[in-house]
Amino acid sequence: MENIKPVLEMIDIKKSYYGNQVLKGVSLKVMPGEIHALCGENGAGKSTLMNILFGMPVIANTGSYEGTIKINSEEKHITTPRDALKAGIGMVHQEFMLIPGFTIEENVKLNREPLKDNPISKVLGNSMKSLDHEKIRKDTQAALDQLGMDISPDEKVEGLPVGYMQFVEIAREIDKDGVQLLVFDEPTAVLTESEADRLIQAMKALSEKGIAILFITHRLDEVMNASQHITVIRDGQFVKYMATKDTNVTEIAQLMVGREIEVIERTKNNDSVNEIVMQINDLHVDMPGESTKGINLEIRKGEILGIGGLAGQGKIGIANGIMGLYPAKGKIVFEGKEVKLNSPKSAIDAQIGFVSEDRRGVGLLLDESIALNMVVPSIQNQKRFLKKIGPITLVDNPAIEENANKYIKELDIRCVGPSQSVKRLSGGNQQKVCIAKALTSNPKIIFVSEPTRGIDIGAKRLVLDTLVKLNEKYGMTVVITSSELAELRSICDRIAIVTEGKIAGILPADESDTKFGLLMSGITDGMEAQ
Amino acid sequence: MGKIKSKINDFGVSRFIVVVFLIVLLVTAMVQGQDMKAISSDIINRFGMNLFFSLAMVPAIISGIGLNFGISIGTLSGILAGLVSIEMGLTGFTGVFAALAMAIPFAVVAGGAYGKLLNSVKGNEMVVATYVGYSIVSLMCIAWLILPFKSPNMIWTIGGEGLRTTITLEGYYDRVFSDLWYFEIFGVKITTGMLVIAALGCLFMYLFTKSRTGIAMKSAGINPVYASAVGVNVDKMRLLGTIISTVLGAWGIIMYAQAFGFYQLYTAPLSAATAPVAAVLIGGASTNKVKISHVILGTFLYQAIITVAVPVASILVPDGGLGDIARIIVSNGIILYALTQSGGNK
Repeated sequence: MENIKPVLEMIDIKKSYYGNQVLKGVSLKVMPGEIHALCGENGAGKSTLMNILFGMPVIANTGSYEGTIKINSEEKHITTPRDALKAGIGMVHQEFMLIPGFTIEENVKLNREPLKDNPISKVLGNSMKSLDHEKIRKDTQAALDQLGMDISPDEKVEGLPVGYMQFVEIAREIDKDGVQLLVFDEPTAVLTESEADRLIQAMKALSEKGIAILFITHRLDEVMNASQHITVIRDGQFVKYMATKDTNVTEIAQLMVGREIEVIERTKNNDSVNEIVMQINDLHVDMPGESTKGINLEIRKGEILGIGGLAGQGKIGIANGIMGLYPAKGKIVFEGKEVKLNSPKSAIDAQIGFVSEDRRGVGLLLDESIALNMVVPSIQNQKRFLKKIGPITLVDNPAIEENANKYIKELDIRCVGPSQSVKRLSGGNQQKVCIAKALTSNPKIIFVSEPTRGIDIGAKRLVLDTLVKLNEKYGMTVVITSSELAELRSICDRIAIVTEGKIAGILPADESDTKFGLLMSGITDGMEAQ
Repeated sequence: MGKIKSKINDFGVSRFIVVVFLIVLLVTAMVQGQDMKAISSDIINRFGMNLFFSLAMVPAIISGIGLNFGISIGTLSGILAGLVSIEMGLTGFTGVFAALAMAIPFAVVAGGAYGKLLNSVKGNEMVVATYVGYSIVSLMCIAWLILPFKSPNMIWTIGGEGLRTTITLEGYYDRVFSDLWYFEIFGVKITTGMLVIAALGCLFMYLFTKSRTGIAMKSAGINPVYASAVGVNVDKMRLLGTIISTVLGAWGIIMYAQAFGFYQLYTAPLSAATAPVAAVLIGGASTNKVKISHVILGTFLYQAIITVAVPVASILVPDGGLGDIARIIVSNGIILYALTQSGGNK
């Protein structure tokens, strides 16, 4: 094994942005055909490292980097993405770089289409050659087969489930000639557990064919499951390079955050309470990709209820439907009163709080201050935080700031001050602003969708802790929707599993894995592992 | 060097370039021996008379319809109200306040219809608005010919039918605000009354952006999904923004006319959007963000450049008529430049 040369070596890479050093000497070594995991919290410098590897313009524009990059032991200076492609490095992006209106095969072969001659091209030259549709179809099919995808290459990308788009991206990368190294940047962040499993199997298959894979993820169980070696970085510094078989999840997590991660132990005190606070009857929500087809659910006062299930089965649709963000029909009774559907205002007026799964899109005004973000719903619906000066009613800035300071302290939001704009906050802190926004309107029940999506391990704990604290300290009823079953099981009293738009069953959080697995697996194979 | 650079970045590169351009023009004018007192008076006068137009961009931008290229709809409402006030023979402050008051119902109706239209073309507001503006101006060209106005000061002397292209305000409310508390200092004419009114306009607009409705409108403009999730009726806010913008456009032309001394009919309102759009853009606004300071600074810079550029150009290139061509090149050039910078300044 000693004489095998690494396909990629990055040695002592340093990089600073405007005098702020974000990489302080990071080294990375990937062997041919291995799956190598790169772990680190958000802000540890993973993205910067990848930007350097891909020669992204942002690096060159800010004064390049220090250190050496070797590909197949040959020193390379990568300054443009084209250099990276030539060196055989492919990238599967976190945000999909696909053209929605094109079919899968058109996306896979875009700008690399195989051509064939026709009479006109014989006269006018290569630019008049026509596309070799047969070969396009064949190559694409081969790439999809390699990934175990059962889907026709001539389907349009638009309308495909997110998980499929990810696979189309991968198909495009492996279809390229001479790819030696594929980088997966948080590929499973948007996938459900079963899709993620499939992705990992595909990655393993690729690595067996000799393609090295650099795998960046927050999900440590995936790291343990898939990778051979692990590199951990923290705060721009290289922490450890190790073989996966010699380590475990706890150690990696510890190395990443540099502190112990404790499992939340909460006092389950709600078994005796049986008062129903909200009754959901036959709720149909028409939310693209997450529609529900007749949800019946009773929520008990003061409990933490989890809503789990695979992506696309409709669990996200429940809260969005109740909040009136997507067309819905059915009947919601909250504290004995019916809540009008399809009207965000009546849901808010009923003091139902909501933290959207789309933090940046629905949850926040990114350019505005932390303080303002927290109070907009209260200003609009409860006419609070206003003061009258003569005939004119204006927003009451001191009160708004006071409110912000209160929640900054209570939820431990890391920021410069209440007037900082939320786009400058990290994902976890943005999420806390969203929670504070919901709390400011004094909700009696709070729906939280995907509270930990896209935020790192340390912040995840803090967000979950916050929710538990709300429940225990203020007796607030909390409904959490999440794709991560483990997360739900760590804090919920009961967990409802949604499949095919209906509640498949409700289990206590400490029920066995098999029971949860069975509830979800009614519709998907690949869940047997559960 | 780095310090200067970051200072410029704070101020905004595009604004910096425009300021440098203005200084160059002013120095050239001085070297040419132009009457700087007259130029300064003119800048102040034009600043005051155009501020309301620029202010009309604010509700449009924050409610999410972008730059209101259809401001001519407001302008036409204002002209109509002004003509009615003349027809009624109202003079002085009575006349101007009557015109301002009558402009409101006209502008609300026209702005409401226009806003409904803009709500149905989300994403293309600025292009649609431009052509709506053009169409309405043409439609009103017919109206000016057939509307039953009778005042001999407004209709053609020969033939006696249809309105004239320019209608004088002399004897009605010519310069009523401009001459209010008017004084001269070192030969520079200060039109205090008009500046005070403009300042009041800015103050009220500022307070509006800090009100409950203002914040609802702002959130609807920045992020419609967010806004509807917090219970704001986005379409209603856009409609309201368009209406307020149209009313301000109507008031803008009345303020402009009292300072200028004439109402200009027919094709004159075609270019109504040019000056305010250019002004807010060089002031630092973008198509979805604007502050009152952008409006004030931008209007001043734009009007100052236009004022100085024309006499400077006519001396540099003494051919007849080139001064006006220079004005058109400069004003459109600034818009083009500002639009390329429309990321805006933070």
